[in-house]
Amino acid sequence: MIENRPVSTAISHFVLLAGVAIVLFPIWITIVAASHDVARLLEVPLPLGLGDQFFENLKQVVGKGVEGSTPIGIMLFNSLVMALMIAFGKISISLLSAYAIVYFDFRFRMLFFWMIFITLMLPVEVRILPTYEVVAKLGMLDTYWGLTIPLIASATATFMFRQTFLSVPDELLEAARIDGAGPMQFFWDILLPVSRTSIAAMFVILFIYGWNQYLWPLLVTTDKNMMTIVMSIKNMMEALEETPKWHHIMMTALLAMIPPVLVVIGMQKLFVKGLTETEK
Amino acid sequence: MSDSSTKGSSQNPSHIRLKGVEKIYPNGYKAIHGIDMEIEEGEFVVLVGPSGCGKSTLLRMVAGLEDITHGEVYIAGRKVNDLEPSQRDIAMVFQNYALYPHMTVYKNMAYGLKNLGTPKDEIDKRVNEVAKLLELEELLNRRPKQLSGGQRQRVAMGRAIVRKPTAFLFDEPLSNLDAKLRVQMRLVIKNLQARLGTTTLYVTHDQVEAMTMADRLIVLKDGIAEQIGTPMELYDRPETQFVAGFIGSPAMNFIEADLSDDGNTLQFGDTKLPLKEKLSNQTSKITFGFRPEHVTLSDSGAMSLQVNLVEHLGAESIIHAKLGDSPITLRLNGHIDAKNGDTLKVDIDADRYHFFDKNAGIRI
Repeated sequence: MIENRPVSTAISHFVLLAGVAIVLFPIWITIVAASHDVARLLEVPLPLGLGDQFFENLKQVVGKGVEGSTPIGIMLFNSLVMALMIAFGKISISLLSAYAIVYFDFRFRMLFFWMIFITLMLPVEVRILPTYEVVAKLGMLDTYWGLTIPLIASATATFMFRQTFLSVPDELLEAARIDGAGPMQFFWDILLPVSRTSIAAMFVILFIYGWNQYLWPLLVTTDKNMMTIVMSIKNMMEALEETPKWHHIMMTALLAMIPPVLVVIGMQKLFVKGLTETEK
Repeated sequence: MSDSSTKGSSQNPSHIRLKGVEKIYPNGYKAIHGIDMEIEEGEFVVLVGPSGCGKSTLLRMVAGLEDITHGEVYIAGRKVNDLEPSQRDIAMVFQNYALYPHMTVYKNMAYGLKNLGTPKDEIDKRVNEVAKLLELEELLNRRPKQLSGGQRQRVAMGRAIVRKPTAFLFDEPLSNLDAKLRVQMRLVIKNLQARLGTTTLYVTHDQVEAMTMADRLIVLKDGIAEQIGTPMELYDRPETQFVAGFIGSPAMNFIEADLSDDGNTLQFGDTKLPLKEKLSNQTSKITFGFRPEHVTLSDSGAMSLQVNLVEHLGAESIIHAKLGDSPITLRLNGHIDAKNGDTLKVDIDADRYHFFDKNAGIRI
């Protein structure tokens, strides 16, 4: 809107600021909690200002890890591998299936389309028991494959890419055909570069989706060296017969937040473009 | 260029040959009704017709982008019905240019050659040659987004030329340009084609474009070739009423008239028009046509028209008038001083009469 009305401006700023405060407050509490020692955190009221133990806690968590838990470096690495495998796996499979559905006229095309569609209704939480059994029988428990493959098989990204491909003008395909490009050449040389922003947007979404996985990693990993950081934060709180080490847990949570934040900030421009750009 | 592309052109003078070409869509709709035509090497042939007449479909069938339901298409002596577009040795320029948006101008032009396995230095040589020809040298490192419409148009043509195909196919290439640029590009394309001597099939809905560029025209209507001929043949002797009305601007005037029993006079309204030659037709219902420019003002004129509106274009005046109920357009040189309600007496050049059967729309 181009009109200039001070009251509505004030109100909209107020609403925006309130929203920001609601989002930021828990993060602030996390930072605060990570900067005190454990004794202070058990006192009431909880502190709202920063303490002086931040770097002390950081050194402890990064160097020695949280007591009774896997070293944080391994967990971060596991999470990273899982998130990347899920993001890349989903993107490659979805790109290919969307390509098949949009550009090829094969028998039962619509049937396959709807079959892919139905997987939207079956996220891993719904099919968790049979999926677990399959993964167990394939001997993939406590492996990266077991962690990621069941999560890769789903349709969300296929739809997004289908939409993207549908918005690519037919003439590009025709021009490429006249230029002698075969199907895979068209896919690599023209379609992928043209869909670059959508792929980036999908990568951001899927990386965060993969990073935040909780239930599935909890089920398929028993080996401490395969644990991911998100699931182990929960485990830390449940360490038996001990008061939770809140300062270390919060520090771990802060560290767990960093990679997704970096991905979002780093790919922000492409992300927004990929979700809003309509002209190819 | 593929090995077999040159064979056969010596035994068969026509370069592109369509034999009974038909297109029927899966839903039963017949878009193209048996078209036969031969295009000679180096000829510039324009497919023209109103939108939806099937002209683009026909072009795309030649290109290999649409299946041919019946009939045969030969390019340079080879039957190409079952060949992929890239094997037909043709190049196409699309209406919206279809440039690869992520590639530079250079890469856009080089892509086809690269796919053919042309050596790098050969590609480089050819692209630079064509860039020079089309004055694109400065733009080779830009992307399509950074170019103006006219520049994109030139790149699209460059992409076609660089492959040295045996035929160019143009699908309404100028319709996205503004009027002034369109006139310019018309000349550019025509000159280039003459210089390269490449057989060209060009689709447009703009009859001025068609008339000015074509060696020969095909007028299509509802998937039927109404007439094939040079621009002047179509102008002077349209075979059907549709062609007569489509070619020429402003369009030909048509008056429904009755032919006298002896075939010597034509009657419409109060006007009796004696004919130079006896006319015979199965019925006496005739559509009489004459072009707006084949009329002269004359005090003793056979027809008197009621003026509606006069458009002064400077060099000429377009007069919209009525004869009885039929609207008549006149195109007269210079400034004509007439206004709404005036009566004009005119004569029509007797050598320029056109007669069509009223029902069949076919020339008599």
